[in-house]
Amino acid sequence: MAWRTQPVISPRSGVVAAIAIAALMAAALGAVLWRAEGGRGLGPADWSALRFTVVQAAVSALVSVALAVPVARALARRQFMGRGLLITLLGAPFILPVIVAVIGLLAVFGRNGWISTALGWAGFEPVHIYGFHGVVLAHVFFNLPLATRLVLQGWADIPAERFLLAAQVNADARAIRRLLEFPMLRQVLPGALAVIFAVCLTSFAVALMLGGGPRATTIELAIYQAFRFDFDLGRAALLALVQIALTLGAALMALRLGRGDGFGAGLDRPVRRWDANGLGLRALDAGVITLAAAFLLLPMGAIVANGLAGLSALPNSMFRAAGVSLGVALASAAVLLLLALPMAIAAATGRAATVETAGLLGLAVSSLVLGTGLFILIHPIASPAAFAWPVTALVNALMALPFALRILIPPAREVVRTQGRLAQSLAMPGLSFLRLVLLPRLRRQIGFAAGLGAALSMGDLGVIALFADADRATLPLQIYRLMGAYQMQAAAGGALLLLVLSLALFRTFDWLGARHADA
Amino acid sequence: MLTLDAITIENGGYAVQADLTIAPGQRVAVIGPSGAGKSTLLGGIAGFLPVPHGRILWRDAEITASTPGQRPVAMLFQDGNLFPHLTLAQNVGLGLRPDLRLSPEQRAQVDAALTRVGLSGLGARKPAALSGGQQSRAALARVLVQSRDILLLDEPFAALGPALKADMLDLVAEVCADTGATLLMVSHDPTDARRICSHAVLVADGQAHPPVETATLLNDPPPALRAYLGQDGLP
Repeated sequence: MAWRTQPVISPRSGVVAAIAIAALMAAALGAVLWRAEGGRGLGPADWSALRFTVVQAAVSALVSVALAVPVARALARRQFMGRGLLITLLGAPFILPVIVAVIGLLAVFGRNGWISTALGWAGFEPVHIYGFHGVVLAHVFFNLPLATRLVLQGWADIPAERFLLAAQVNADARAIRRLLEFPMLRQVLPGALAVIFAVCLTSFAVALMLGGGPRATTIELAIYQAFRFDFDLGRAALLALVQIALTLGAALMALRLGRGDGFGAGLDRPVRRWDANGLGLRALDAGVITLAAAFLLLPMGAIVANGLAGLSALPNSMFRAAGVSLGVALASAAVLLLLALPMAIAAATGRAATVETAGLLGLAVSSLVLGTGLFILIHPIASPAAFAWPVTALVNALMALPFALRILIPPAREVVRTQGRLAQSLAMPGLSFLRLVLLPRLRRQIGFAAGLGAALSMGDLGVIALFADADRATLPLQIYRLMGAYQMQAAAGGALLLLVLSLALFRTFDWLGARHADA
Repeated sequence: MLTLDAITIENGGYAVQADLTIAPGQRVAVIGPSGAGKSTLLGGIAGFLPVPHGRILWRDAEITASTPGQRPVAMLFQDGNLFPHLTLAQNVGLGLRPDLRLSPEQRAQVDAALTRVGLSGLGARKPAALSGGQQSRAALARVLVQSRDILLLDEPFAALGPALKADMLDLVAEVCADTGATLLMVSHDPTDARRICSHAVLVADGQAHPPVETATLLNDPPPALRAYLGQDGLP
């Protein structure tokens, strides 16, 4: 007798979504391959871009992780007022628009920033932020929180009984390091390094604003310049190929070594420790936490302080761009859900392999490379500028897709597991199961994923820079243009506007999902 | 008549075999040692587990390949018998229309079923706002409106105290009498079987035996059941 397990809801549309994504990626990659002019080979500038890309990513990863270890250790063994808030803040850079962060960093570390001013009073030279230092500084700003969360998770994963046992044998801080902490770090650090290395390889906006010139150009920046300055599609495509190889290699390495972030589950409770009560260690931890918090919060404070002054100077173009950005962000969140929900359902009903393969394809392509491919495809048919908004919304959605899937798949799987059988015994049709069971049960996660997607799209300064002409700028692009025109005050006002809008989008979706969400 | 015609039910690593018939309207306990395959037997009849060999028939129509929802079967599981985010009325209404587009008559039917099981006026509550016994009653109200020919109980009342469980069993017997349903009920407790089941199916060593009278089986249990029940086999 032919007997098959019938899933409670069909995975078909999710499989179709996965195939459509794979086809789009393949088309973009094919376009890059087709246009890449291999005959010319890589010039000296290209080699130098490759070298800079790898070196800055490696240094950014090393510095982020090296600084994260003492911060995570302090957070792991101290209980203090605001600890939970600080850990929550460690997640904030994820949805912080890059351009906002860079403007904040410039206000603190820039030539006219707070630190340079203070150094000037003391008779020292101002610090230099443009070039290698600035790129690494910004990458550390974004990735120190990520690294801290990864390493803190490592500490949280050490069973509390081990620390009790260590206290029993009167182990001091050094003994605990050798017994418990070093073995944990040996497991966690390679993954954290690989993840941050991969992230920094494809960071475009930071290099755009703080890099540049022959000695501080990343491959992605070189792609952009090949478009913008030379309109040399062949060279852009060749560079995109190099970037694909780099990204894919780093992504595979990160997958092998990484353990997943898990969005900070279980980080809320420090383990009671008896080995670190000495005054020296307590002062050390307090200092580390203060410095880390200052490093993260000062640029944010600068955004607010400078931005408030700049709000009155905002040109009308900025408000128009804000409207554009809101539209693109909402469209991107909608596309994201239309892809992610069916794919999560497919993954929950036994087609996990298909969905994960499509997700892996996404890792091979950075948003700028995908944009390059789409540009090459659209260019012969129509003006790419006309497609600036839809392409941006689509590419942003594809870049947010892995995160959305990680948010949606586990609860979708749980709902199907615990309630699929009951629905089947009631002969509930798939669409009714979706409407009556799955969507209500996933409300909270859907809101969270949509909020992330919208905020990420709102702050994105990548593909839009390739496609947009003067009339179609999004808010981040418009801010960048004002910076280029040295209208720093208006740019600061725009950055505050962008920050507020991004956070408001995220909070609104998150709130919509959590409101009325059932247990 | 429910006919299990030389079937094999597969459940992961092991299988349960059955070759038996159950008369319509009969109330049958499924008893036997833990892990012998009682739940597997019910899962196969309900359509949740594959039956690679043999045929399952109800009133001479073969249902071996039917999906769970197509079978003339209503089933209550050990847990998860109500959707936690839907109201009681909605949960019961699913038994009438699984897309919940209920007509006024159907709504009235839902209210009547809730009243029948003693939950009058609680239709707007969600399961979490109810006691365990009330949740069981709500699930039985849904079984009532489903009015399927066969009712399978896989220990849905295991978490209830003895008095409450006895109430539920009596309610099950009433529901079966109301709807004329044939009952198969997994039980660990011989008193449950004696309370409402005239017949019992013994499942032991991967084999479901044809039903015999409950009293006969329990008064003189075969060795496998005797070992499970205890020294003398008597409750």
